[in-house]
Amino acid sequence: MLILNCPYCGVSADETELTAGGEAHLTLATVGDDDAAFEAYLFMRKNPRGVHFERWRHANGCGKWFHAARCTMTLEVFGTYSAQTSEPPQEIIDSIKARRPDWALSDWMGTGKGDAV
Amino acid sequence: MYSAVSALNGVSNVGFATVTEMGLCGMITLRGDLADAKLAKVITSATGADVPAQRRVTTSGDHAVAWMSPDELLIMLPHDAADAMVATLTEGLSGQHVLVVNVSDARGVFTLSGDGARDVAAKLAPVDFATDAFDINDIRRSRLAQVPAAFWMSAPDTITIVAFRSVAQYVFDVLSKAVAQGSEVGFH
Repeated sequence: MLILNCPYCGVSADETELTAGGEAHLTLATVGDDDAAFEAYLFMRKNPRGVHFERWRHANGCGKWFHAARCTMTLEVFGTYSAQTSEPPQEIIDSIKARRPDWALSDWMGTGKGDAV
Repeated sequence: MYSAVSALNGVSNVGFATVTEMGLCGMITLRGDLADAKLAKVITSATGADVPAQRRVTTSGDHAVAWMSPDELLIMLPHDAADAMVATLTEGLSGQHVLVVNVSDARGVFTLSGDGARDVAAKLAPVDFATDAFDINDIRRSRLAQVPAAFWMSAPDTITIVAFRSVAQYVFDVLSKAVAQGSEVGFH
């Protein structure tokens, strides 16, 4: 059972109180963008084996959206953080690096050497 | 003119704990910036209770103010006082970015009382109901079996449960099942 700490109401909420919102930190394609940008925004999603950033909503609770960093392979949770941000805060990155020294945010963003493993 | 009727008209069921539908309860949803000093002042002067801290309920006489989310309060009061309270709050907070709505008839309110109240609630919600984790005047929004509900520890062995009126019968049925004699847990 996945248990995430809601940063808005401070409770440890189990999976059944939450709604998954998919990949975090997407960039909205908008007027003037080309078809490739829209395709990327609408359909292209990361599917990493390892560290992943996701959006979750505390649906049966305070109702707020928040972000979570977790490992898709071990279900380890590195931390949760506010939805009012477009990239993971430094303390989340630090807590991931403490557990996964080889990991870099650029791996997840797809701008690094290879896909996140 | 019609008379207001509560969801289940005060029905109750006695097992190793007691489930009672509370009848008519007044409820007002207030959304706004809870850290705002003027908002706090208006709420305190209107209800007598302070703005509660995170996941807490403050009370004053028959008024209670519950923390529902970082920008939402639930004010509980007698049913016939709700409209006047909405008017008072709306006037006091005019010009502010707030929402004040009387939601009394959109909800069903139940109490779960008796020694086994914590056990019954723990059967149905993924919440730690131990005394040190959930004390008097703590409130926790969660789910009750399959529907959203708020749990308020309103007295030492009483949990007040607020759910949507549309699922009131379901809430009563599932609580009645959970208090059935012979299904005692004896954990809390």
